[in-house]
Parts: sequence; C-alpha cells; structure tokens
Amino acid sequence: MKPAPFEYAAPKTIAEALDILGQNDLDEVKLMAGGQSLMPLLNMRLARPSLVLDLNHVEGLDGIREESSGLRVGAMTTKRVLEDSDLVRSQYPLLWESTVAIGHAPIRNRGTVGGSMVQADPASEYPAAALAFDMEFVVMSSAGERVIQAEDFFVTYLTTSIEPGEILTEIRIPRLPPGTGWGFQELARRHGDFAIVGALATVRVESGLCCDPRIVLFGAADRAIRVPAGEACLEGAPPSEASLTVMGDAVFDAVEDPLSDVHASAEYRRDLARVLSKRAMSEAMSRAS
Amino acid sequence: MSALVPVKCHVNGRVVETMVDARMTLADFLRHELGLTGTHVGCEHGVCGICNILVDGQTTRSCLMLAVQAEGHEIRTVESLSDGDKLHPIQEAFMEEHGLQCGFCTAGFMMAICDLLENNTNPSEDEIKDVLGGQVCRCTGYNTILRAVKNAAAKMGSAGA
Repeated sequence: MKPAPFEYAAPKTIAEALDILGQNDLDEVKLMAGGQSLMPLLNMRLARPSLVLDLNHVEGLDGIREESSGLRVGAMTTKRVLEDSDLVRSQYPLLWESTVAIGHAPIRNRGTVGGSMVQADPASEYPAAALAFDMEFVVMSSAGERVIQAEDFFVTYLTTSIEPGEILTEIRIPRLPPGTGWGFQELARRHGDFAIVGALATVRVESGLCCDPRIVLFGAADRAIRVPAGEACLEGAPPSEASLTVMGDAVFDAVEDPLSDVHASAEYRRDLARVLSKRAMSEAMSRAS
Repeated sequence: MSALVPVKCHVNGRVVETMVDARMTLADFLRHELGLTGTHVGCEHGVCGICNILVDGQTTRSCLMLAVQAEGHEIRTVESLSDGDKLHPIQEAFMEEHGLQCGFCTAGFMMAICDLLENNTNPSEDEIKDVLGGQVCRCTGYNTILRAVKNAAAKMGSAGA
C-alpha cells in the first residue's frame, strides 16, 4: 500500500502556491495540510494526484491571534496548538472540547484546523464547531481574497464551497456572547474514532427563559447541520426537563434521513441525535449564566 | 514517472541528507533507506499507531508523513531509546511487566509513552490510558502495558529527582 507516483512542491509563500495552482490542471493537484486525511487516501490510492502541493512551508498560515471580536486562526495551525492554548481552553471551551475529541494525540499533533474544515467529513467535530460559532473562512485565489460564512461553507460529503484554485488561509472564530452556556457530546465506538453522532449546543438564559438556543449535529447527515426546528422549541421556554423533551422530539423528527452504515443504522442515529442533543443542551443550560 | 526530491533532517541525532522519491512515506524511508527497521508498519492509514515516531518530540504516525516532509525536523525512532546495551527505563519496564508478547506494536507504544513521560513523569491513570488508546495491541490486553508505563514513570521520576 504505497501512494501512486506524484510530483511534489513545497512553496514558501501564498503567492508562490497560487502560481503553482495556476500552472497546473487543478483536477490533478492535491493541497496537503497536516496530511492526516490525505495521506491515507494517497496510501490507499483513493487519491492519485499528479502533484502534491505541500502547504507546510508557506509562511504566515499558522498561529492564533486574539482580537476583540474573537480569534483568527491560521489554516495550518495544528490541533495540538489549540489544545495547548490556555486562551482557547479558558475563553473558548467549546472549541477546546471539540479539539480534544478529534482522533488521538498523534493525529492532533500534525492535523490542522484548516485541513479538517476543508476535508468536511460529515462525522468530524470542527465543521460542527464552525456552525456553532458562526466561524468565517478566509480563502485566497489569484483573484484575491473572499470570506465564506460557515453556513455557506459545508456543501455535502467531503465537499465545501471552496473553488478549485482557492486556498483556505484563515478561520475567524467569533467569541460567543457573554453568559452563553455550551455543551458537547459525542458517541464513538472506540476512543479516538470518528463519531457515530455528536451534538454541540449553546444557549443563554435571560429572565429565566432560553435565549438564542443553537443545536448543531455531526454524523447525522451529509454534513454538519443546525437543527432550527429543535432550536425554535426552546426559544423563550424555561430551561427545564420538559423543554428538553420537546426539543429532543423535534430533533428526532428533523433528522429524517441520517446515514446508515456498518457502524450504525439510520434509526439508531436518529435516536442518538435526540439523546445527545438533549444532553448537550442540558449541559449548556447548566453553564449559562 | 519518478520525482526525486531532496531532504535534510536529523534522525536519532545524525544528520541525514539525501534524495527521496516524493511519494515515499517517512516510515518506509526510515526502514528501507536508513535500515531503521525498529519502526514497524501496520495499517498504513494512521489508525493502529504501530509506526509512531517522534517528530520534534511529538508522537507522529510515520505512515502519515512523507519522507520529504521530514525536512528540517528532528526525528527519533525506537532505536534512539537504548544507550548501546543499556536499555531505556521504558524498555526495562516493558520487560519487567511483560508489556509485549509478539512485539509487533511495541515500538509504536514505546514512542508514544516516551513522549508522555518526557513531558510528565507522574501521569494519572487516565492520562496514561488516553495515550495508550492511540495504539492497537492484539496480544496483551493492555493491562501489562499500563503497568509498564507506571513502572517506567517511577524509574524516570526517580532518575530525574
């Protein structure tokens, strides 16, 4: 099991990387970030690019910067950097929980934030976090820069709205409003596996009532999804067990056609969507202040 | 079509500077080009952890890195653990606690454990289990490996004190 032959380029700047993209058939080029998803595809020859464009030497694509409105995370920042960041752990705990749930430490040591986003696996944590935070994606092409909102970024299985010839350079992560409670739940068969289903929840509680509830599921559809029907049940409702039950039923109804595969049936995933979204929202309610 | 590319890195303290096939994984480079066959290759897609090495001190799947990507990095393999015939405390602990049977996964475990214990000589059981969960062993049932980590932690802690 060895990759099919390919040429290799390791540009040092974004301009150089875009130049290389411009000179090649874009169907034949694969961009490599951390390689923790691409290398298996190469090893198994499920991907056979004629050119691998390695982004690991491009300057200015990694690191975390804090601004008043939130974080700017370079696309090539490893998960390990987020995991080790006191800022992320203390100020963006939902992002931190989503990070440490990914794979095992060796994968997080090399896997990048941008790589996971662009891979867009429907069962991975970061796309769901992107919807929970309303992250923004900065992409560069020879035509310049554009910003894609999280809700427009994930299209379907392993597919984003990034066009061929564009490179993701930065992820902007807004700070959640003060007092927002959060919850994170996922079920996997083994520690470190992709989730069968996972749920992220955020909510504020004002005057004893739920405000701006948000439910995001992963592993339940062809991409990470918000569940507006479930959110609507909670808006203005008391943060109670009864409200959670109504919300859970709405989530169950909304997840009409989840994946069905060797890991879990569609029926089981639907039920998990209900159970995990309730648990995540329950956590969020208890953390809201 | 063969694309040869240059790579320069440190492997177990030695400078390596050579040309490699662009598609060669780091695991294959270590084994076939450098003769460091202590690093074993299991699943070749990052799941089993048998090919773990340290890249700049961090546990890394050597099947999920190209050899050319070692450029500028410090690589350590299981061969770096012992000092001649003097075994590393992790190796001694594996012997004493029967942390291996067939031995196929052992180097991968040892490198992950090396990363853990070099940064934390007094890990909790949960911290140890979190690290052990990243590799697959089909012989031991993991309990003897868990005991080996605790044994090695005690050896390394007292050596450092």
